[in-house]
Amino acid sequence: MCLGIPGRVTSIATADGLRMGIVDFGGVRKDVCLSYVPETEIGDYVVVHVGFAISHLDEVEALRTLEIIATMPGALAQELGPAADARFAI
Amino acid sequence: MKYVDEYRDPILAKQLIVEINAAVTRPWSLMEVCGGQTHTIVRQGIDDLLPAGLRMVHGPGCPVCVTPLELIDKACAIAARPDVIFTSYGDMLRVPGSHTDLLSLKARGSDVRIVYSPMDALRMAIEAPDRQVVFFAVGFETTAPANAMAVIQAKELGLRNFSVLVSHVLVPPAMTALLEDPECGIDAFLAAGHVCTVMGWREYEPIAEKYHVPIVVTGFEPLDLLEGILMAVRQLEAGQATVENQYIRAVQRLGNAHAQEAISRVFAVTDRTWRGVGSIPRSGLTLAADYAQFDATTRFDVGGIETAEHPACIAGDILRGVKVPTDCTAYGTLCTPRLPLGAPMVSSEGTCAAFYNAGRGRQAVAASTARS
Repeated sequence: MCLGIPGRVTSIATADGLRMGIVDFGGVRKDVCLSYVPETEIGDYVVVHVGFAISHLDEVEALRTLEIIATMPGALAQELGPAADARFAI
Repeated sequence: MKYVDEYRDPILAKQLIVEINAAVTRPWSLMEVCGGQTHTIVRQGIDDLLPAGLRMVHGPGCPVCVTPLELIDKACAIAARPDVIFTSYGDMLRVPGSHTDLLSLKARGSDVRIVYSPMDALRMAIEAPDRQVVFFAVGFETTAPANAMAVIQAKELGLRNFSVLVSHVLVPPAMTALLEDPECGIDAFLAAGHVCTVMGWREYEPIAEKYHVPIVVTGFEPLDLLEGILMAVRQLEAGQATVENQYIRAVQRLGNAHAQEAISRVFAVTDRTWRGVGSIPRSGLTLAADYAQFDATTRFDVGGIETAEHPACIAGDILRGVKVPTDCTAYGTLCTPRLPLGAPMVSSEGTCAAFYNAGRGRQAVAASTARS
């Protein structure tokens, strides 16, 4: 749960007063809260911890980081759900 | 033993290893704080590539591992109630309590559900107003902003059927406790990059100064770790002890101010017991008075909890960096990721699981020790 997973913001909307976005983690899409990164725009890469974006990352770094995390057994499934590990399996 | 050719950028990795070798003139012990870093070091065999005498000590940075047994037992007691939907990050489910674990309770019919964000738990509370939804709020400073926001939202929405079992821990007080331990042989720290994404590194500056230890904020990729090790070693050899940032691409000195504001609004600092380590002053977070109505321990009377660790498990010594998993008689035999006796064998961030997944056996480690 301490691993931040990078992903790309594909849409932004407000729900129950919170700034929310859909973030694409190499094909796995999740609702993510963007309240802690209010400057985020669509297309930005963000690092997500348990459903919350905490920081930004550029695209090259983001993709490289995702590959590294994919080598940790079960790590992506723990962070994103069972579908994630299969998708990133190397 | 791993080979440097397997690295993403083997030329850069080799260059860093050459520079580390050139910098080291004496034995040093460096502790990597974060479990993600431990995983990379063990899996990539970084410790095998370092010069003789430069030792990596694996730190307590696995939130699943340090959650106190008493709270696991409380979680089980709450989860066993028929009116409760108990929600948790998945890696907490197999952590052994004194008598059972959350996964076994789920198998016996308790409503235990895995969530990937506390907001998932909040949604369940909205959708099931006749059930009590409890979220197991564990983790370091990395998960605290998320858990804080779930509580803020629960209050905004006036939810009366949502509560949190809080077991948050803070990294800097744990580092201080390790340094105060007379058995501590740590010369420098690689601080956990993602914790610093949230908190920045101001809190580490007084620690570096008081204990004269270099602290390098470091990422968890192989090249990050090699660079962090080089920065720490150069400080040690030069007799310096400052906080440096290797993880420039993700961490700023002040961290994320919005996230820190939410943490300090919802939580108050408290003393916390770390599983296997003991009580550390001001090393945890509990709900602040304004949000105390969301505290699951007061909402549910969980009664007297008497805890009992498995006698063979040496998790405490491993979390303090005094022993390695292969020192344990149960490692790989009585205790495996499928049937863990202790928490460090459960999570992918745990040191025992990192060793096991990398195929490290007692023989392999003995050979590596003999070589160095």
